[in-house]
Amino acid sequence: MAAYQLPAELLIDTAIARRIIAEFIRGHLRQTGFERVILNLSGGLDSALVAFLVAEAIGSDSLLCLLLPYRTSSVESRADAETVVAQLGCRSMLIDITPIVDGYLETALGGEDVERVRRGNFAARARMAVLYDQSVPWRGLPAGTGNKTEALLGYTTIYGDNAAAFCPIGDLYKSQVRQLAAEIGVPQRILDKAPSADLWPGQTDEGELGMTYADMDRLLYWLVDRRRTRGQLEAMGFGAPQIERVERLIAASEFKRQTPPVAKLTTRTPGVDYLYPRRRPAPRAPRAT
Amino acid sequence: MTAASTRKGRLRIGLGQLAPALGRVEDNFAAHEEMIDRARSAAVDLLVFPELGLTGYLLQDLNAEVAMATDDPRLTALAKRAGPMSTVVGFVERAPDEQLLIAAALMEGGQIRHVYRKAYLPNYGLFDEQRFFGAGNRLSAVDSRLGVRLGLCICEDFWHLPVPYLLALDGAQVLVNISSSPGRDVAAAVEGGLGSAESWGTIMRAYAQLTTTFVIFVNRVGVDESVTFWGGSQVIDPAGDVVFAAPLLESGLFTVEIDLDDVRRERTALPLLRDERPEFVLRQLERLVREQAGVPQEPD
Repeated sequence: MAAYQLPAELLIDTAIARRIIAEFIRGHLRQTGFERVILNLSGGLDSALVAFLVAEAIGSDSLLCLLLPYRTSSVESRADAETVVAQLGCRSMLIDITPIVDGYLETALGGEDVERVRRGNFAARARMAVLYDQSVPWRGLPAGTGNKTEALLGYTTIYGDNAAAFCPIGDLYKSQVRQLAAEIGVPQRILDKAPSADLWPGQTDEGELGMTYADMDRLLYWLVDRRRTRGQLEAMGFGAPQIERVERLIAASEFKRQTPPVAKLTTRTPGVDYLYPRRRPAPRAPRAT
Repeated sequence: MTAASTRKGRLRIGLGQLAPALGRVEDNFAAHEEMIDRARSAAVDLLVFPELGLTGYLLQDLNAEVAMATDDPRLTALAKRAGPMSTVVGFVERAPDEQLLIAAALMEGGQIRHVYRKAYLPNYGLFDEQRFFGAGNRLSAVDSRLGVRLGLCICEDFWHLPVPYLLALDGAQVLVNISSSPGRDVAAAVEGGLGSAESWGTIMRAYAQLTTTFVIFVNRVGVDESVTFWGGSQVIDPAGDVVFAAPLLESGLFTVEIDLDDVRRERTALPLLRDERPEFVLRQLERLVREQAGVPQEPD
């Protein structure tokens, strides 16, 4: 395939980014009292990079990767995930989620014709349920593997793949994920293949988004990070329909990036005017005198 | 007689670049105590800790729980522990009128000698300080037992031109800025790899040169929520040259010796402060304030 072109304006200093992400990972473990991390390893680029970053931050012995295929998942994805596990030397666990997903879709719903997006979302939420359950015996903090491109576009399953305790690469566009992944040693096969949510056979992100990640990331960068107006973006060469579509996707998915609103009734309401750090130290008993 | 005066105007500066634990005041006191002991062993004259070092930064509603009055026995004990070493610590002050303020205390001779309250609270981008804190209303330099006049300020204060200007006019020879500056912008085009570090470096070198003072900048490390603080504490001389720069993102006590006679030499060669015209500035400020308030102008 053609060499991937990383847009120049998106290039990051990978050395400093790696150090900040490592601090972030260690900092969150310290604050939460965990020593280990667990994540869902799909065989794709994002989760492979997070696995490498976690291993770099706390050592591969402290990382458990879950491989959670559904019966339609691609065989290559699983092979690629296994390559990552072998390369890092971390612990892994393979759990086929087909009985969970089909137990609902086929048995409980009695084979009703369920559209593929619903199937995909249900599978993503089954993976979340397994991730959080396995975090208990492993005593690990669940790491999110989502990136900034998909978060902004809402290209995530709410309470599925976007559910996690902390998100090490959530502020990196897909192009920057690729730059960092190449730098840190993610296997070439994973870097080269077409990004896919793998929710149904043949699905590719770029096919669904209707744009290459390079173009999408440039557009998002100039629109969101650099606050360019629609007219300025058009003058830069972005098509009006593309700009409009992306703006619509971003606006329509604000709810996926926030906690749900609570109906305000009392004088102090969680998330509204009761605001604390996520990991609030418990008040200590006064020292005995 | 202070330790400093025995070395003829040389001061050993300690940069306490630590990683406060959010809301864990006892742990943070312990970390400060440990670093104070090490700094005293290293014959440090002036030890500087970061903004909100005793509490952590992204406190939100924890602000009231971690706040302390300036006569809090824990602060007094810390001052005693620092003993003859001049020490600057950052905390949340509960003022007598119950306001919560971001404060810096200069501890000397076992007591709190001076408290400065952050005057410029950022409320944009990732900052939300005005929701949780009141703003200080007084800015003045303070004479230190070290035989030098210090100008204390806190983080965002340094993004407002009047702060270094007023402190220098008030006689400060050393500007001390304590910070909790979040690391951001990892664009490859940024020199040194981190946008926030680069922009801070630029303005601080300019302030040191324009005010012909030393600048001591102590920034925390560690993580609060989404934010990783970048450290990179610095000492800059009155010619605007970086004398010492601590590493990015690493906690530690870093020491560097400065020669206060650099102030005399620089101000002799470059008498910018002598040529300042505060009365001129004041007239223009009065005119601007009048104009912006819509008060009719007096004829010239």
